[in-house]
Amino acid sequence: MAAAVEVTDFRKVYGDFVAVDGISFGVETGQIFGLLGPNGAGKTSTLESLEGLRSPSGGTLRVVGVDPVKEPGKLRDVIGVQLQSAGLPETITPTEAMRLFCAYHRVAPRIDLLDRLGLIDKADTQYVELSGGQQRRLVLALAIAHDPQVLFLDEPTAGLDVPARAELHRLVGELRVSGTTIILATHDMAEAEEIADRVAILLSGEIAAIGTPRDITAAGAGVTKVSVRTEKGSLAASDITFPAVQRHHWEDDYAIYFSTDIGPTVGAIIRFVETNRDGLVDLRVERPSLEDRFLEIANTAGTS
Amino acid sequence: MNAFAAHFSFEFRAGVRNRMLLFLNYLFPLGLYLMLGFILIGLNPFFLEVIIPGMVVIAAMAAYLLGVPEPLVGAREAGIFRSFKINGVPPSSILIIPSLTTGVHTVIVAAIITATAPVLFDAPLPINWMGFLVSLLAVIVATAGMAVVIGVVSSNSRVVILWSQLVFIPSMLLGGIMIPYSELATGVAKASRLLPATQAVNAFRALAMGEIADFDPWVSIGSLLACGFVGFGLAMFLFSWDSHNTLRRGHPALGFLVLLPLVSTLLF
Repeated sequence: MAAAVEVTDFRKVYGDFVAVDGISFGVETGQIFGLLGPNGAGKTSTLESLEGLRSPSGGTLRVVGVDPVKEPGKLRDVIGVQLQSAGLPETITPTEAMRLFCAYHRVAPRIDLLDRLGLIDKADTQYVELSGGQQRRLVLALAIAHDPQVLFLDEPTAGLDVPARAELHRLVGELRVSGTTIILATHDMAEAEEIADRVAILLSGEIAAIGTPRDITAAGAGVTKVSVRTEKGSLAASDITFPAVQRHHWEDDYAIYFSTDIGPTVGAIIRFVETNRDGLVDLRVERPSLEDRFLEIANTAGTS
Repeated sequence: MNAFAAHFSFEFRAGVRNRMLLFLNYLFPLGLYLMLGFILIGLNPFFLEVIIPGMVVIAAMAAYLLGVPEPLVGAREAGIFRSFKINGVPPSSILIIPSLTTGVHTVIVAAIITATAPVLFDAPLPINWMGFLVSLLAVIVATAGMAVVIGVVSSNSRVVILWSQLVFIPSMLLGGIMIPYSELATGVAKASRLLPATQAVNAFRALAMGEIADFDPWVSIGSLLACGFVGFGLAMFLFSWDSHNTLRRGHPALGFLVLLPLVSTLLF
């Protein structure tokens, strides 16, 4: 599949500070790509350089073959952007904003998007009177109104309530199905794990890990959390051990085990419960999340 | 609706919807007109002669010098320019369209003042309406040019107020509205010719009201128009998308070049 976004040896320097130090990655058409990292990792510099808001200090950037620096006019037609720190005039209404931006993109106003994003009742309300979540949904509606080939989302669900967040995820999923490539910068690891096809973890301006969320989590230490609750509490004794368990503790009527090999551990636990004429009430197996892996990578980088 | 029409429509409404702009476009100039009309004419008969041109000039200065730069700086600081850039709104639209819509508000206020001053204060009407319109156009162009330069070079909202007031307050006091140009001390009079208000009042009085000019009124018209065009050229050149206004093509001090056409009038 063709690369919608190509980043090669990209560097961004501010004075003596190296914000991004020669990173390379590609995003295929129709993928959702997550850029993860703590504040100052270089996410925004990368994103805003791809959006044509900043000039790279080195390397090459291409968005569906367009050079963001040399072809800003073409770039605006192929990208949509929901900036984290961008506003709209205080007195503009969603309808006016939609008409204004669609006019500059030379497309018909997409009032249907205001309806889709739950803003139709606020269509004539001034921007300053919208809630934070409504403002973010409006900016998203404006970003997709001209059917961009690549959509950049910077912390898209910050400030959204649960239903609005779910609706946004549904919309993002639909955009992917329709072939839109989505670059997502977020602090929310659960969100990235839920919707991204691939992610890159940026630390101090370098890519610390890149791949599918599953690949990245699988490449970690591989410790799986097993929580077990039984009818008679037969697992409460602190001296019980099971195969492949690194450590364990007791918490709120649950025995918690951290296992490096889940099969033998769970098998042994079930046999132990049966042997002791106890009954299972609850057994949960939680694989390491992307957040766990992110923290592991960040800690490793911090100590190396 | 094309982009210009959509943008013009929004900006025009913003000039009434935004309380600060409503105040600067309408309430302040009309309130001041009524207040000065009822108070100052009794104390200073000269003011009756200049109430129409003088208050029209004040209306233009309030709407442009106080009303245009601050929203420009505020929009840049709030990241609105970044949204505009991403969506293809060019700097020319950001600078010119608010100037045009402010011009419409100014013309409305000028019409109200011109229509009511003879009734309320027995003020003389212009005798040359073409001269009145040319002078009005010139003061609008000049103050618009100065306003966009101030908006583009000011580093933040506090600085923009300082620059705007630096032009507005001397214009009120020395622009030939409160005190006749001929009664100013020689040095002060020369300095006052660097103010767009002085040039505008001179042009209005000579070309519209049929009075004797203090200096060549066509030089005043030429300098005001040149001031406006130089201002827009400088503003386009110095325009910055950056929220912190640190990345631009030239030094902000280049903004002083907007005064060059007014300085050149001292040669005539």
